[in-house]
Amino acid sequence: MSEPGLVLESVALSLEGRRLIGPLDLQVPPGEVVTLMGRSGSGKSSLLAFICGTLDPAFTAQGRILLDGRDLGALPPERRRLGILFQDDLLFPHLSVGGNLSFGLPPGFSGRERRARVAAALAESGLGGLEGRDPATLSGGQRARVALLRMLLSEPRALLLDEPFGGLDDVLRQQFRDLVFRRIRERRLPALLVTHDRADAAAASGKIVTVDEDFCNGHKE
Amino acid sequence: MAATLTGVRMISFTRRVAVLALLLSGLGLGRAALADPAPASWDQALAQAKGETVYFNAWGGDPKINAYVSWAAERVQAEYGVTLRQVKLSDTAEAVTRVLAEKTAGRSDGGSVDLIWINGANFAAMKRQGLLFGPFTQMLPNDALVDVAGKPTTAVDFTVPVDGLEAPWGMAQIVFIYDSARLQDPPRSMAALLAWAEAHPGRFTYPAPPDFTGATFLKQALYEMTDDPAALAKPVDESGFAAATAPLWRYLDKLNPLLWRHGQQFPQNSEAMRQLLDDGEIDIAFNFNPSEASAAIAQGLLPPTVRSYVFDRGSIANTHFVAIPFNANAKAGAMVVANFLMSPEAQARKQDPALWGDPTVLDVTKLDPAGRKLFADLPLGAATLPPEKLGRTLPEPDPSWMTRLAEEWRQHYAR
Amino acid sequence: MPAITLALFLLPVLAGLIGTLLPALGLLPSLGDTRFSLRPFARLFAAPELPGALAATLVSGLLATLLSFLTALGLAAALEGTRLFAWLRRLLAPLLAIPHAALAIGFAFLVAPSGWLVRLAAPLVASGGLPPDLPIPGDRLGLTLAAGLWLKETPFLLLAIIAGTNQLPVARFLDIARSLGYGPATAWLKIILPVLYGQLRLPIYAVLAFSLSVVDMALILGPSTPPTLATLLLAWFDDPSLERLGPAAAGGMLQLLLVAAAILLWRLGELLIVLAARAWLAGGGRGHAGVMSRLIAGAIALLLFLLASASILALGLWSLAWRWPFPQRLPASWSLGNWLGAGEGLGRVLATSLLLALATAAIALLLSLGCLENERRHGLHPTARVLWLIYLPLLIPQISFMFGMTALLAWLGLEASLAALIWSHLVFVLPYVFLMLADPYRALDERYRRAGLCLGAGESRVFFALTLPMLLRPVLLAAAVGFSVSIALYLPTLFAGAGRFATLTTEAVAANAGADRRLAGTYGFLQAALPLIGFGLALLAPRIAFRHRRGLR
Repeated sequence: MSEPGLVLESVALSLEGRRLIGPLDLQVPPGEVVTLMGRSGSGKSSLLAFICGTLDPAFTAQGRILLDGRDLGALPPERRRLGILFQDDLLFPHLSVGGNLSFGLPPGFSGRERRARVAAALAESGLGGLEGRDPATLSGGQRARVALLRMLLSEPRALLLDEPFGGLDDVLRQQFRDLVFRRIRERRLPALLVTHDRADAAAASGKIVTVDEDFCNGHKE
Repeated sequence: MAATLTGVRMISFTRRVAVLALLLSGLGLGRAALADPAPASWDQALAQAKGETVYFNAWGGDPKINAYVSWAAERVQAEYGVTLRQVKLSDTAEAVTRVLAEKTAGRSDGGSVDLIWINGANFAAMKRQGLLFGPFTQMLPNDALVDVAGKPTTAVDFTVPVDGLEAPWGMAQIVFIYDSARLQDPPRSMAALLAWAEAHPGRFTYPAPPDFTGATFLKQALYEMTDDPAALAKPVDESGFAAATAPLWRYLDKLNPLLWRHGQQFPQNSEAMRQLLDDGEIDIAFNFNPSEASAAIAQGLLPPTVRSYVFDRGSIANTHFVAIPFNANAKAGAMVVANFLMSPEAQARKQDPALWGDPTVLDVTKLDPAGRKLFADLPLGAATLPPEKLGRTLPEPDPSWMTRLAEEWRQHYAR
Repeated sequence: MPAITLALFLLPVLAGLIGTLLPALGLLPSLGDTRFSLRPFARLFAAPELPGALAATLVSGLLATLLSFLTALGLAAALEGTRLFAWLRRLLAPLLAIPHAALAIGFAFLVAPSGWLVRLAAPLVASGGLPPDLPIPGDRLGLTLAAGLWLKETPFLLLAIIAGTNQLPVARFLDIARSLGYGPATAWLKIILPVLYGQLRLPIYAVLAFSLSVVDMALILGPSTPPTLATLLLAWFDDPSLERLGPAAAGGMLQLLLVAAAILLWRLGELLIVLAARAWLAGGGRGHAGVMSRLIAGAIALLLFLLASASILALGLWSLAWRWPFPQRLPASWSLGNWLGAGEGLGRVLATSLLLALATAAIALLLSLGCLENERRHGLHPTARVLWLIYLPLLIPQISFMFGMTALLAWLGLEASLAALIWSHLVFVLPYVFLMLADPYRALDERYRRAGLCLGAGESRVFFALTLPMLLRPVLLAAAVGFSVSIALYLPTLFAGAGRFATLTTEAVAANAGADRRLAGTYGFLQAALPLIGFGLALLAPRIAFRHRRGLR
């Protein structure tokens, strides 16, 4: 019987012949947040991109990624069912709040049903009635929550968090962090958090892995 | 989709490139075409023409003329069921080249040119190389109405006998035009012109040869200067050319510095020269169409005070024709169109200064009363000289003169 | 850029060059010439017009480029950061959109001795009611042509400068320099220009190549006896007797050499100026506060704008005139006949122009988007060499390869077809569309795409639902640029269409040569109006579509 959760097996990343990360073995059980700590430029974000399947071809990567025992290597990004949150909310500027959420919703529901689910998700997060709003008119906290909702509505089986709390001020940061971790526990999703902030790592209350041995120039985080 | 409007200038070489590629690739040979037998009688021609499409290769530089051809197309469609399509040329020679290329490629029927608007050097070349269908004009009913006696250029085209290989379409004669509001007594000879230019520097010019009108100005001047006008009727004799033309170059050496822009720049064609007259940049212009001035006034292109006149010693005149290539795809249709273009109806319309203003080739006295009325009703136009005032006509010299004069002019003045 | 797209627009250029080189060397099998010969070159050099043609070409081309470059530089240096500059930036698109032919026809009427400027100043200038006998347009050295080119190329180079400065923290650099005591223009020239120049090089070379080989503007504004080299060659190519095909092709090669030599000369000048400027850059000279330079630059900008708009206004007036004789300042009688009388013809010409421009812009857009998306998906990073390749059709004189290209099209059985016409336009439209689109496309945050993929959307849904709408503005602007380039093209339309396709450009030039200014005004005005409408729509559509989306305004 295969292991549930997200598993990295001897994953290594290099750029132009220089090893950035790994080989790394890691297990993220459902409902738990494992934190990857490292300085900027250490290749953490590229590791997440590799897991997603969106790694820049300039990098070379080795190793296997398993989700609930299934090897993700052969799957295109859109079929891996991994949700990712970035530091910026990356709400699509041309879509309304509702349009952004609906974009995340899997196909197969009727239009009315989609609208109902979007409305319910918004209401549940204290954002009720904001469907028609332009994302650019929301506050930072609201935007972060919409981004989280959008990801959760896509029904991911694991979460990747790429410094998702970095852009928020202290109060918001704590609130949003609690919200994210609560949802992870509720849904029993395995989550991999990348950060350089010790408070984030502590709040995640899971295993902490440091990937800091190498430093790479010229790589955008 | 075909080119539609106004002056389709400077387009010919591409079509020639296409011809060259045609020869290179042999593509042209593969196209099957049904031969169109030469009609044995006019009735047979009429029957055969029905449903045919005639590609009329005609200079397309004047919207008036293009509009006239469009009208003719409507009429022959309604009357004879012939579809007439104008292929607008910038230079008639491109159609000649195409027919020649087709002959070289062995395409002896189904050719792409059915009817050509032609005269002078192009006719001489096509006749010499056997590229023409005919004689056919004797079969056309309207051919009998042509004024051969009064207009001998309808039978001899630039010294080359027509021999029934082209049907007369219209007349041309060099006519000078001036604005009577600015100028009262215009010069009536080349010598007077020079004297006038000395008194009024910068107020006259002529189109740069090889433009046809510009080259004709050289021929007109040569007629007045040469001691041996008869030599002009023969091909250029190279040994005598320098001596025969020396007076002309002496004259131009004196005249050119007195021209518009000191003879450093020349208008590109007679239309550009006409515009200079309208702009007040020059005082005298000239045209190959005696009713051009009236037509231009009617179209708002010249002030109503413009008048025309001719030089005392006569003016160069010629006739323009339509001819059918030896390999035309729609010979019967082309004959029907050629006949229609010579009809009193078409000729009268062509002479209307508001529509084109091109003088008829017909002898109006030979027409029935209805035909005569068509012409009698035509307005002459204030700036058009009545036939009796058009003066003596000078026959066109051999085509080789124009080529050599233009070439020599370029050597002298286009530096 | 994938090989197939590159081939699509470079192959005709290269094949065209070879196809022109062959007849230049006496090799034209269809005419029975199969033996190598330098006779075409000998005949070219023996032509009486050649020395004058070369003089006019070099003077007008070099002068136009130098003046345009200096003007654009001066405007940017003196005005950067001012309100006038912001205003000028907004006017740039409409100025750029005006086709060369339309501008030239209007400008010719403006500056002619019997033209609008003299008429407006008639009491001061004209003697006895007659226009002065000045050689404008059509002076022997092509100074009027250079002025017309200057009107057209200065906005282009200014756009190149602005595009380059958009990627630099110009305001901060200038603030630092000014806090060190440098005057604004001096600061711009010493700090921004050296960083920027590398990016200006290709646009400048393109302007140089264009100015030295332009045909439509030269036909209208240039000298006639003898004309500029490219115009002379067109007349030779056009000679129905085929007699001058060889010398014309040889002239095409000479034209190519001329452009190459001019580019080398310019490069040499660059090096010399870099050497000479070293001491100046580090010398610590602070320059002046720049009030005077701002006034002068402002006046030049105003002049440029006034001349261009007066030219187009003149076209508009002529299109509505019946009689407008010298020395009247406005038409003496008016008529809608030019618009109505041209009737069916105008409609057809308009339809051809629209069809051609829309099809070409659409294909260029598709290919550019395909290339950029491909580049992004595969993480490719284009090299400087690729940029040179993209610029190639803009650096090689059209007259040097259009003949060979037409032969290639004919050989492919595409003679005088719409496909040939679209392809020939694509050669020139594609580089512009690609260059317009590349920067914004590459600047789009890659994480949007990743976010979309991780939300379960496939590549194509990400492209159509995210990338394309987010880039709607630059995409439409690139399309508008492609559209206006196609509308303005003259020589390719003439060659590839073999005269069977009349566009607004060919008709405007023909009507101008046929000396009906009213008709030329009608075609020219319409020719100028279409790209303006295109740009207007490209700017308006995203505003309407995203009127409730602040993030995209």
